[in-house]
Amino acid sequence: MQAFHPKTLDEALAAAADGATPLAGGTDLMVEVNFGKRRPEMVVGLRRIAELREWERSRIGSGVTWRRVERDGPRAYAQAARTVGSPQIRNAATIGGNLGTASPAGDGHPFLAAVDASIEIASTSGRRLVPWYEFFTGPKQNALQPGELITAVVLPERLPERHEFGKVGVRNAMVISTVCCVVTRDTEGSTTVALGSVGPTPIRVPAAEEMISAEPSPSDSALGEFARLVSEGVRPITDHRSTEEYRRHAAGVLARRLLERCLA
Amino acid sequence: MIVEFRLNGEDVNARVVGPTSLLDVLRDELGLFGSKSACAQGECGSCSVVLDGEVVCSCLVMAADAEGSEVTTVEGLSTDGLNPIQEAMLRSGAVQCGFCTPGIVVAATELFRVNPSPTRIEIKEALAGNICRCTGYGAIIRALESLSGGEQ
Ligand SMILES: Cc1cc2nc3c(=O)[nH]c(=O)nc-3n(C[C@H](O)[C@H](O)[C@H](O)COP(=O)(O)OP(=O)(O)OC[C@H]3O[C@@H](n4cnc5c(N)ncnc54)[C@H](O)[C@@H]3O)c2cc1C
Ligand code: FES
Ligand code: FES
Repeated sequence: MQAFHPKTLDEALAAAADGATPLAGGTDLMVEVNFGKRRPEMVVGLRRIAELREWERSRIGSGVTWRRVERDGPRAYAQAARTVGSPQIRNAATIGGNLGTASPAGDGHPFLAAVDASIEIASTSGRRLVPWYEFFTGPKQNALQPGELITAVVLPERLPERHEFGKVGVRNAMVISTVCCVVTRDTEGSTTVALGSVGPTPIRVPAAEEMISAEPSPSDSALGEFARLVSEGVRPITDHRSTEEYRRHAAGVLARRLLERCLA
Repeated sequence: MIVEFRLNGEDVNARVVGPTSLLDVLRDELGLFGSKSACAQGECGSCSVVLDGEVVCSCLVMAADAEGSEVTTVEGLSTDGLNPIQEAMLRSGAVQCGFCTPGIVVAATELFRVNPSPTRIEIKEALAGNICRCTGYGAIIRALESLSGGEQ
């Protein structure tokens, strides 16, 4: 195996162009290596590239760890970060690695979907900005082409006034989401809801958003209708972690609860 | 391939084959058996080490990517005898089979380095990535609480 440890992005992009597998915190990649599912012949470690760890306002470098998002991120993103794995995992794991894996259960994704973030991608031939809904293409699939690296997450300049993250799982720490969700609510009532683990990619529920955005101060029955529309709008499956029915139910309950927090 | 890094304050060279983990290299090549190997998937924390100033699971660090890094294992936490965390764990009966102990000592030492008087909740959160099969959590948390705001 060949390993590169570049200090600059250009060197890393050159290695990626030659077919090297990107390695950030290793918390997804090494599990696959340890269980014999992947055996890269060439890797490029991204830890030493200062440019990828830069964080300028709404542009967050892909090498930023969940530990830093937990400390410095916008509210709902920080709340999501706090639930990723354990301290050991958050110290190593990066937002770029989360996107590289593109697990349907990735806890970082609902925030990006709820605020309409974009993913910045680079290769030796240039940079492109991909909106979140074009980035996630299926379970563990994304829009990255061979030789491309994720360089940053780009949030809108102005975030909605309120935003809240929540996750349902079988215990408090170290748990993969059964459902995770972000609800945002802006001053004039405009609301978004994005969920993870209830579809092949993170999803928004436009019907629920439109209905509740028209309610300046939602009544109890409006909140109930919002929850129902969320449950109806998700596309969960039954797997080893939960059932379709439970996920559908939990999605509505969780989204309503987060909306209530935004309204409080 | 030969990987060079600083281990417990000394420069070392290790022979590394393929995408092996740092944990395997510490144990099998460098003969440091303090870091334990259990789940190999970041769940149990028994392999915890400090890598460039952060506690991480050494089973998830690719050894080749430790090149030029600073690594501290449980063996490097005290130069002579036991450190105050190890002493407190012994005093409180926080060690049963001892398999989880090195990882807990590493995580706790790092917690106290950044936060000398952690609350009970902060202690629990700092140990959320360390599993003890012998269910010694009560004694472990009491041991660390006894140090909070104390001589650390
Ligand atoms: C015990 C444990 C608990 C976990 N808990 C959670 C959880 O609660 N929530 C959650 O969402 N995730 C969880 N994870 C999964 C994982 O920690 C996250 O997905 C993390 O963000 C991955 O980041 P990383 O830097 O470690 O990625 P790596 O493992 O280094 O990389 C992951 C993938 O992305 C690619 N990649 C990395 N960086 C880039 C880049 N810049 N450009 C292009 N490709 C790249 C790699 O080639 C690889 O395919 C957990 C993992 C473990 C082991
Ligand atoms: S062996 Fe590394 S966390 Fe379990
Ligand atoms: S003392 Fe046995 S696993 Fe913790």
